[in-house]
Amino acid sequence: MSGTNRIAGKGRLVPARTVSFTFDGRRLTGVEGDTLASALIANGIHLTGRSFKYHRPRGILSAGPEEPNALIDISRSSNTHTPNVRATVQEVFEGMTAQSQNRWPSLSFDVGAVNNLFSPIFAAGFYYKTFMWPKAAWKHFYEPNIRAAAGLGVSPKEPDPDRYANRFIHCDVLVVGGGIAGLIAARAAAETGASVVVCDEQPELGGALHHEIDTRIDGQEGFVWAQEIGSELAGMDNVRVLTRTTAFAYQAQNMVDLVERVSEHFANPDKLVPRERLWQVRARRVIVATGAIERHMVFAQNDRPGIMLASAARTYLNHYGVAVGSNVAVYTANDSAYRAAFDLKQAGIAVPVIVDARSDVDAGLLAEAEALGIQVLTDHAVVDTKGGLRLKSVRIERVGGGKSRTVEADALIMSAGWTPTLHLYSQSRAKVVWDEESARFLPGKAVQEMVTIGACNGTDALDALLEEAANAGMEAARLAGFAGASGYRAPDAESLTSRRGALMGAAPGAGPETTVKAFVDYQNDVTAKDIRLAVREGMHSIEHVKRFTTNGMATDQGKTSNIHGLAIAADMLDKPIPQVGLTTFRLPYTPVTFGAIVNHGRDRLFDPTRKTAIHKSHEALGAVFEDVGQWKRPWYYPKAGETMHAAVDRECRTVRETAGLFDASTLGKIEVVGPDAAKFLDLIYTNGWQKLAPGRCKYGIMLREDGFIYDDGVVGRIAEDRFHVTTTTGGAPRVLHHMEDYLQTEFPDLRVWLTSTTDQWSVIAVQGPKAREIIAPFVEGIDISNEAIPHMSVREGTVCGAPARLFRMSFTGELGFEVNVPADYGRAVWDALWARAQDLGACTYGTETMHVLRAEKGYIIVGQDTDGTVTADDAGLSWAVAKSKPDFVGIRGMKRPDLVASGRKQLVGLLTADPKQVLEEGAQIVADPNQPVPMKMIGHVTSSYWSENCGRSIAMAVVADGRALMGKTLYVPMPHEVIKVEVTDTVFFDKEGDRING
Amino acid sequence: MLLIHCPYCGEDRPELEFRHAGEAHVVRPDPISEISDEEFEAYFFIRDNPKGLTYERWRHMHGCARFFNAVRDTVSDKFVTTYKAGNPKVEIERGEDGIARVKGDGQ
Repeated sequence: MSGTNRIAGKGRLVPARTVSFTFDGRRLTGVEGDTLASALIANGIHLTGRSFKYHRPRGILSAGPEEPNALIDISRSSNTHTPNVRATVQEVFEGMTAQSQNRWPSLSFDVGAVNNLFSPIFAAGFYYKTFMWPKAAWKHFYEPNIRAAAGLGVSPKEPDPDRYANRFIHCDVLVVGGGIAGLIAARAAAETGASVVVCDEQPELGGALHHEIDTRIDGQEGFVWAQEIGSELAGMDNVRVLTRTTAFAYQAQNMVDLVERVSEHFANPDKLVPRERLWQVRARRVIVATGAIERHMVFAQNDRPGIMLASAARTYLNHYGVAVGSNVAVYTANDSAYRAAFDLKQAGIAVPVIVDARSDVDAGLLAEAEALGIQVLTDHAVVDTKGGLRLKSVRIERVGGGKSRTVEADALIMSAGWTPTLHLYSQSRAKVVWDEESARFLPGKAVQEMVTIGACNGTDALDALLEEAANAGMEAARLAGFAGASGYRAPDAESLTSRRGALMGAAPGAGPETTVKAFVDYQNDVTAKDIRLAVREGMHSIEHVKRFTTNGMATDQGKTSNIHGLAIAADMLDKPIPQVGLTTFRLPYTPVTFGAIVNHGRDRLFDPTRKTAIHKSHEALGAVFEDVGQWKRPWYYPKAGETMHAAVDRECRTVRETAGLFDASTLGKIEVVGPDAAKFLDLIYTNGWQKLAPGRCKYGIMLREDGFIYDDGVVGRIAEDRFHVTTTTGGAPRVLHHMEDYLQTEFPDLRVWLTSTTDQWSVIAVQGPKAREIIAPFVEGIDISNEAIPHMSVREGTVCGAPARLFRMSFTGELGFEVNVPADYGRAVWDALWARAQDLGACTYGTETMHVLRAEKGYIIVGQDTDGTVTADDAGLSWAVAKSKPDFVGIRGMKRPDLVASGRKQLVGLLTADPKQVLEEGAQIVADPNQPVPMKMIGHVTSSYWSENCGRSIAMAVVADGRALMGKTLYVPMPHEVIKVEVTDTVFFDKEGDRING
Repeated sequence: MLLIHCPYCGEDRPELEFRHAGEAHVVRPDPISEISDEEFEAYFFIRDNPKGLTYERWRHMHGCARFFNAVRDTVSDKFVTTYKAGNPKVEIERGEDGIARVKGDGQ
């Protein structure tokens, strides 16, 4: 027998299909199809957790997604686990290990429960008031201790081993919710031929039919009908039925996000099957049929294990065949709880009393109760409960006071009425409207292509609901373009269940005159008293009340508590409920795993990795790589046993003494072509391009319209109407975007075409005195003598037989060439050049050496020596700004008063007094190290290296009026010392610049 | 995710293909070099931040790569219309139903 509370002949599970699982180490038996909650209750277990703040023992409240209490840590045989799983939605599987949370050392004896004794200091807003002093104690004492004592489960420490999948789909009609309304609407829409997706969060369709056994449709039990229509729908080519699938977010333009729990319920999921699948559905029309959620009664001590929602008790009995107790009392303000009582009684469970807070109760219900021998006390209230880890008794009083009586009960089921589930509707940005007659918030006017039907629309009467659903389905299909009438007729149905009656806020006996602990939000331990305190302390907006008390801020997002909290606040404020307003419904509807959202975008698929065509050769040469944006670039090439420092020193020395090969393929490249190409570049760059002869190159800088440096690079003129533009590695996409923007929208009359060619060219820089000697045997069709191809030239020919653009240029200050060949030839050309270079004593060098060599020459790197607030003049590049051009981007911005004022930070060189000392990049610079703190900082170090070629450290910095400070001493205060530096120009090596023309 | 109609491709495409490109109909002064500081401020720094209809530029970055203009309601995120760069500013009117439409499109 799978639990002592399993009732033979009740429910829809097959008793013989047992599964074995453990809860807090105890081996238990459930039945296939059980949720963890139903299996625990079947085994007589209600106590499943400790509350967040007071560590009060808590039981299972619900049978659905609204569960605030029963949050469990679930693991399989592996070493991973999932915390905070709602026991009411997790299906049991063979071998499941379930652990309760937020208790120590055990669930039944929890040291943290001492918090309950100190509850007066944990009242609403206690974080803000109690732990204010001394200031440092918050960080070091209060917060860590509160975090340890209050809380939910523990996050797994291992990487998530599971797979997640995602799909984007389009459909004509999406139906959210597979209850009566949703199924009828889906069927009506599907008959027209429209493509329909219907999803439901439960393993089976049916919604409230899980518990409403009195509802009969087409002459059969409603749940059976639901399964039949479900399989009919699933059999249609134009319909997709998704169970175990929660619609958790309603986005713009009718995109709804669903998460399908694909294999969470299997004992041994196939490794090829994802754990969850994210569906992003774009629907022409959405039908929201999300039903309603029952509210609990807010009364003193309403949180003992064994106290739960009436509909939950009915679900456990009618679907799972489990009795929630042996002696079950009822407390209600709604008709539907009577049906739960009747079902229990008829299943042989003792129902000692129905306590109804209302005085006016339907005579038919009272007669039925009498016929079943159930005592009904109308106009009465439950004012207290007893029982430590499980309910033992309830105390009952007439509303308004009087003699009380105590009734023994091991469970109390309750209903304060039903709250329409408007989460998705509200997420679609539509407003809810207060309906005075039925005293509840209902959907107002839809703002997207959607409609609400059924219980979430406040449609209570079954006849009306059937008609509404059938019409909604046909209308949705029609609006999606399916004109043909479906001819679908809603089935005949009848039901005894009524959901009449509602109580919002505190039940009688828990009003403002009392100090009882009547819980509104179970998970966050918010009582009616806390909400009143918040209002008394000045929180008059419901959003403030929510944040001050944390009501509705738990993982259940206030599905049962929000309306109660609102009503209590409204009562205190003496305002009608709609004037106090409802807090915003935010996505997700229920918690969604990060795995489902991140999906494939993790590990290697988190971000693309870009490798140059020569990458494999770098690997073979033992390169150490660094990430530059998405690129993997060789950083340095250590020889066996060589440190980075030694490798970089060797590479720096070798390039200047002999030569070096460098993979510059990542440099951004844009082909600018057309009759107006030079005119266009004139507008984009600060310098002039009309006079540049084909075959020559020029260094250009571009500004943003505000006058600050945006990017730089060498541009070669290939022909009258063709330029080969290079950009910084990181700047390539944004520079093209910037150019396209101006070309398309500001200068659309120019006949120019822009093409990104970054990935099309492999670029091999050959730099150093032997550069010409290295490339000479491979170059055909180009005279590479110094006279024929002077510095800053470009020629077309072949290299190793591959078509090539050969640039004579240098980012090192040495004689240099940059060999551009189509990327497919890149590696072969590199290998050939390297074989010869190696014989001539050259080296390969990486980005670190490239940085040092360019700094030795004072060449800036945009983004390192500039930061988006540096002008051309600040960087010492005024020479590159044309004086006579009528227009270029930034021409006006660079003349703004603050950009031409004195005192701007200018790029200078710095030499430390101790040549061995290397400054830290980013270090601040001061004029007087003895001034009081906070010191006046006049600049900072932008680049700093050990320069093997200079035999000392070198640095570049931006310093206020720096160029006027040449030769002056400044100071760099560091944590343990103050470093003395001298201001110099930025060229540290070969100041005459002769080597470049070698 | 928004669906955006590219006026060049003539198709509704997912937002992932597009890139927002700031306010529309901001005209670069000509000749820009001669404008006053105040005029430069108005051109470069001052932007509308309306609650409601906004004119903005988008670029079909991973499609035709064209820049175009759009009218979007910042409250509902709904696009009223999109049109080609260089076309005049489209006039919008709100109907009695509160829905914004291109003037003259009626219902």
